[in-house]
Amino acid sequence: MLESTFTHIFQSASDDTDLLNRLFFWFFIAAGIVLLTVTFMVAYIIRKFSATKRATPHTHFHDDRKVEIRLTILTSLVILLFLFFAIQTMWRIDTPPAEGQKPDLIITGHQWWWEVYYPENGVIAANEIHLPAGKRLLVQVESADVIHSWWVPALGRKMDMVPGHTNQVWVQAREPGTYEGMCSEFCGAQHAWMRVQVIAHEPAEFAAWIKVQLKKINPPGDSLLLRGALLFKEKTCSNCHSVKGWSEQANVGPDLTHVGSRKKLLGNKEPNSLETLKNWIANPQQLKPGAHMPNFILSQDEVDAIATWLYSLK
Amino acid sequence: MEKPINIPESTLPLPSLKSSNGLLQWIASTDHKQLGIMYMWTALFFFLIGGIEAMLIRIQLAQPGLELISPEMYNQIFTMHGTTMIFLVLMPMSVGFATYFLPLMIGANEMAFPRLNAMSFWMTLFGGLLLYFSFFAGGAPDAGWFSYAPLSEKNYSFTNGLDYYCVSLIVTGIGSIGAALNFVVTTITMRTTGMTLKKVPLFVWMVFVNSFLMLAAFPLLNAGLVMLLIDRQLDAHFFLAESGGSALLWQHFFWAFGHPEVYILALPAFGIISEVIPVFSRKPIFGYNFIAASSVAIALLAYGVWAHHMFTVGLGNPVNTFFAASSMLIGIPTGVKIINWIGTMWDGALHFKTAMLFALAFIVDFVIGGLTGISFAIVPLDYQLTDTYYVVAHIHYVFLGGSLFGLFAGVYYWFPKMSGRMLSEKLGKWHFWLFIVGFNLTFMVQHFLGIMGMPRRVYTYPDLPGFGTLNFISTIGAFMMGLAVLVFIWNLFKSLRHGDRAGKDPWDAWTLEWLADAPPNLKNFKQLPEVKSRRPLWDLKNPDKADYLSNDES
Repeated sequence: MLESTFTHIFQSASDDTDLLNRLFFWFFIAAGIVLLTVTFMVAYIIRKFSATKRATPHTHFHDDRKVEIRLTILTSLVILLFLFFAIQTMWRIDTPPAEGQKPDLIITGHQWWWEVYYPENGVIAANEIHLPAGKRLLVQVESADVIHSWWVPALGRKMDMVPGHTNQVWVQAREPGTYEGMCSEFCGAQHAWMRVQVIAHEPAEFAAWIKVQLKKINPPGDSLLLRGALLFKEKTCSNCHSVKGWSEQANVGPDLTHVGSRKKLLGNKEPNSLETLKNWIANPQQLKPGAHMPNFILSQDEVDAIATWLYSLK
Repeated sequence: MEKPINIPESTLPLPSLKSSNGLLQWIASTDHKQLGIMYMWTALFFFLIGGIEAMLIRIQLAQPGLELISPEMYNQIFTMHGTTMIFLVLMPMSVGFATYFLPLMIGANEMAFPRLNAMSFWMTLFGGLLLYFSFFAGGAPDAGWFSYAPLSEKNYSFTNGLDYYCVSLIVTGIGSIGAALNFVVTTITMRTTGMTLKKVPLFVWMVFVNSFLMLAAFPLLNAGLVMLLIDRQLDAHFFLAESGGSALLWQHFFWAFGHPEVYILALPAFGIISEVIPVFSRKPIFGYNFIAASSVAIALLAYGVWAHHMFTVGLGNPVNTFFAASSMLIGIPTGVKIINWIGTMWDGALHFKTAMLFALAFIVDFVIGGLTGISFAIVPLDYQLTDTYYVVAHIHYVFLGGSLFGLFAGVYYWFPKMSGRMLSEKLGKWHFWLFIVGFNLTFMVQHFLGIMGMPRRVYTYPDLPGFGTLNFISTIGAFMMGLAVLVFIWNLFKSLRHGDRAGKDPWDAWTLEWLADAPPNLKNFKQLPEVKSRRPLWDLKNPDKADYLSNDES
């Protein structure tokens, strides 16, 4: 079945996307009728009025004001009808939040990753966005550098992340599951790999996830892991990345507190594995040319130690 | 009955590269025909470069995960592809046709300001060369053809590419403004006896209306570019939010120019189509007044629709509602033109020369581009479709299916007049079919890619089901188009040397340019009839069935 093989923007897990799909449906029907009519008329003209069948035109009219005006009115009516539906749907999707309503989630776009902040409990995560399923959530989107665009088609509309300008958008996942999304505004070298996964949980499961996220990282006992943790500070990883409980001042790069628990890495370019982490730390520019993380020219065992420690942060 | 207007015989020989000072004769020329031809060669030159860039893009995207080109290089290439095709191909080609044929069609012997005309051309050419010099100066612009701030600012794009982008587009912009001014004044002041503004050929009318659009649009672009250049070079902060500027300000400036620009590229093509279809249907245009008036409506509305490029930036429902209404409104005058072209062909006697084939393909493919355009005016649909491959498909249906097909039709229609020789119809049909099939193959599937969620401007994409297959089809189509363009160029060069002699009026057409020699002599005409209707040559050839006798032009 098509549903199971192709991903497309009509796959819906939210009321907003349902509304959009209905509008899409009628638009494609109307557009299809217009296109077929024009194509049919052109085909008919080509068959019927070829100069091989008739040397001169049979009529010589310059103008038929009546036909023109009627067709203009018809076009205008169809267009007005769609204008009405467009405005109606728009106001239904972009409902203003209640007076004083705080956002459930603040998502900030960075070149080329996503920062997620849950204001209610202070959790900060990156790239993988966890949500409670069911409710329509108010999400505030911002940008830390250039313009990005938040787009997870199944969960609702697209919204740009503009520096110096906060936007709000409703996001809803009716059922638990994993939803694919991506940055939809060209944002530089690695725009292609600024993808995102949204994981919606049952509310209880979500509360459990939050609890895990609140856990701080303790200095490890194992010697290899400890070496990695120390190198993380020594080799200046901690100037850009935070690991709560260990080093938490920076947010230039993604928060790594529970990086080991994520399914994918590098804006969904690679699956999360020890191997990926090692390759990435050893030479970031090879995996994602143009990324802001430089090559620190670490030795192989330094790479192994850091990667092993990071991978252990579940 | 006829009162021919005699024009003094020219004493100068025709310009030729073979004469002793041939090259100088072209470089120093202020002749509108030579400048028109130079505009077209410029457009063809950049068309080849832009086409090679397009091929590189399609090769890179042929399969998921390919990294034949680095992302940084890919971003430069697609930026240059868009900028080149819009500013250095479609613009100079449209302006070139207008420069060559507008004076001929109104029975003038020159543009109103010949030296301004030369300046406009050289500004365009050198602006283009300046843009390409960026490749040798550290890197080409890499922020997309609309260079959104702050990505286009120094802190995010640190090569000199965007400085070259600003300077070169300012230069070509000045050239375009000069050309527009020239067209307006020429049309107003240099029409021959009897040719009132209501009797000018539709191509002239479209260029005339279009020139007002250009006069108002390019200063907006240039103002924005100057601000961006000041930001980059003098550390101002027009578009940098962190120091009090606004990233959205750039978008407002750019699209207030950029949307009229779409119509600037479309209207001349509408004009060409409105000349080609009647001649090859052997019928006068259906609803001259309607086409003329709807173009004015388009030109006026074009200034009130720019924010439909910005529906997702968060302007709010009231603003979006206004721009949705204006954007849908502009669909009406554009749509009714299709009715006029179909009405012109209806019950005619159609000759399927290559020019006419491109005109027919234009109608169908431009309708596709127009319909997908409507889906961007329907705000909620724009929310999902904008910045996906659906947009890429849409702009190519408008710029190729609309503008370029019109320009191809113009080349096949007017080449005999410009060169004195016919283009090969056989090669022309090869060009046509390869291009049409390739074009629809390339861009039709991109609608589906957009709907499957492929964002635009990505140097590669994940291996999701269907992505690889559709992109591969798209790449095959692009190669067919590339082949078609090679056939076209072969046709041009072959026909220039060995084409059949065309004579003055190979298509039995009706407008004044067909009265001139092929190629026209320096002063264009030896004699001109008094213009009494919209088809002066028809009247001349059929005095008993002349249009002005039936007097049904109102």
